Amino acid sequence: MNSNKGVFTPEQAEGLPGPKWLKTARLAAAQRFSKAQLPSEAEEVWRYSRIDELDLDKFHPFQVNVSSQAAIPDQLNSLLNSFSQNSGFLLFHNGQLVKKNLSQIAQDKQVKIGSVQETRDGIFDSVPLIQDAFADLSIAFLLDAAVIEIPTGVSLEDPIVILHLVDEPNVAVFPRTVIRAGQGSSVRVIDHLTSTNVEALVCSVSELDVDEAANLTYLFNQDLGPKVWQLGYQSSQVGKDASFESFTTFLGGDYARMRTDSRLVGQGGSVKLLAAYYGDGSQVHDFRTLQEHSAPKTTSELLFKGAVQGKARSVYSGLIKVDNGASGTNAFQTNRNLVLSEGAHAYSVPNLEIDENEVSCSHASAVGPIDKDHLYYLESRGIPTEVAERLIVLGFFEDILSRNASSQLQDWLRESIAKKLNAGFKIIADLENKPEGLKVGSEI
Amino acid sequence: MTSSTFKVSGLRAGILGKEIVKGIDLEIHSGQVHAIMGPNGSGKSTLSHVLMGRPGYEVISGSATIDGIELLGMPIWQRAQAGLFIALQYPIEVPGVSLENALGEAFAARGQDRSMVYEKVLAEAKRLDFDEKFLSRSLNVDLSGGEKKRNETLQLGVLEPKFAILDEIDSGLDIDALRDVSRRIEAATTEFSLGVLAITHYSRLLKELKPDVIHVMAGGKIIDTGGPELADKLEKTGYSAYGLKDEEPIVI
Repeated sequence: MNSNKGVFTPEQAEGLPGPKWLKTARLAAAQRFSKAQLPSEAEEVWRYSRIDELDLDKFHPFQVNVSSQAAIPDQLNSLLNSFSQNSGFLLFHNGQLVKKNLSQIAQDKQVKIGSVQETRDGIFDSVPLIQDAFADLSIAFLLDAAVIEIPTGVSLEDPIVILHLVDEPNVAVFPRTVIRAGQGSSVRVIDHLTSTNVEALVCSVSELDVDEAANLTYLFNQDLGPKVWQLGYQSSQVGKDASFESFTTFLGGDYARMRTDSRLVGQGGSVKLLAAYYGDGSQVHDFRTLQEHSAPKTTSELLFKGAVQGKARSVYSGLIKVDNGASGTNAFQTNRNLVLSEGAHAYSVPNLEIDENEVSCSHASAVGPIDKDHLYYLESRGIPTEVAERLIVLGFFEDILSRNASSQLQDWLRESIAKKLNAGFKIIADLENKPEGLKVGSEI
Repeated sequence: MTSSTFKVSGLRAGILGKEIVKGIDLEIHSGQVHAIMGPNGSGKSTLSHVLMGRPGYEVISGSATIDGIELLGMPIWQRAQAGLFIALQYPIEVPGVSLENALGEAFAARGQDRSMVYEKVLAEAKRLDFDEKFLSRSLNVDLSGGEKKRNETLQLGVLEPKFAILDEIDSGLDIDALRDVSRRIEAATTEFSLGVLAITHYSRLLKELKPDVIHVMAGGKIIDTGGPELADKLEKTGYSAYGLKDEEPIVI
């Protein structure tokens, strides 16, 4: 990585609009960033990544024109139409909040959604976050954040929807979602990121605080363009008897990374971390996960499933950490990867670190081509090879998509995955003039 | 319905360069049931996989035809479309792919109306006492041994092939499932003139599924061929009559 930090200086950060507390926080973060060492692939947490290729000189923060009313791009409006069934929404354009709405029902229940501009100091302090150069950069150039607060005991039937569109060439955007699910509350939040075919840098942060006996489902959907770099971070803290479910989907991006940290800090809490990813072309999808059990009788289940085709790569590295005192922990971690072309690769590195005796933990990972037995079975029913391969890949994803808590997203994901798969079939058929379809890749 | 012929001539085949099937000749006509019986390791299962084209099994020489059309050079799915079906001894689990979806694709691939599938599947499930809740689930996932065999038989009933190879379809079946499965296949021999090649270790399958011809296979070859009375003989004497050893009993 080029050590030059480009225009991301304390002077630039200072110029961004906002309340005093935010300006102070930005400046402090920008000063830390100016002194910070940028990460390199030599560090274990960035191994197999492409972080050395990142050139901050190429990017600039979004220039806000505070005097003029921001227009809402058609693309955001039509995206909103496909999530029309909601309890509220926030629309962001290049990181700037351009529209929000909260249903009457949610208003009556004292639910709060808003921009960071309207909120108070201390909103970022409830969930522990890693401190690295990108964490500082994300605060230093934070334009707006989606802040969602669900009061004690409130439950919302329809999800709250956050939509991000990035369409300015070479912009660096710092989306931030802060959710505080109060005691005994229940809510689903959909966070959807998309872009046009621009080169851009998107550093997203999700801070998710799930209080005692609360129930939060967080669906993060990344459908960025093929030239966008994404560095994502999701940190959740799950209280006593609370349940948290995260479903992350990566279809887009050039290099796209998500670090998912989930901490179970109260007895009886449970977490499900699910993800589906599908890379083609030269995409790299990079996942780092942490399931940390700090309290007794807590449960975590992780299932990440992905496919790579063309020359795409995927990385999965996960850790289950059971702290001393977290007896009665149940923790499971599964990562499965389909390698659909010879030039594609998937790396999978599961890990356990256990400082407690009475626990039940397991991890499993698999990387390989389409199963020859699956193919034999379907073909023996008269299904042509190409059709059978397509069925198997869609089935591989169906296994996890069926667990997505939004039927709207399920349909959209099925369609998007099928499109990607069809494009893969076409490219391979064109390249090799072999109409029978996908060539199955080598095992790693 | 016109009569078809499934003919295997001089078939030699094996795995990893080792010859296991050492020259097999068979001729099965529509509506007929042929049973191949033999001790473990006689090459029965290898024969069935070679005929269907399972990867890893190699043909050394010989031919297998349906109505004169050579199957052995064809991809698996074309053999199926030519009229061959296999019910596997160990049906394979395919996560995320439902029975209805798979059979729909099979219908579409041979130019049949896939909207017919659901009704046919329901009717077959009823005949086989196969729980409807399994129809939309992933193929064979979380099914018991008996349910898997009912599922294989259901697919046979929906697809209506010309010839079916049953690779030890009776293994792992309880009495009820064995009766349902063998009755359904027996009925198919008249309903759509199914020709059957039933590979089995035991004669119990042949109580409901009435064989016309019985072959005894050992050492990769057919060493005896006869009528249904051959099964009775085997039940009484076991394979020892042929000087063969088999640790498993023939009848349970």
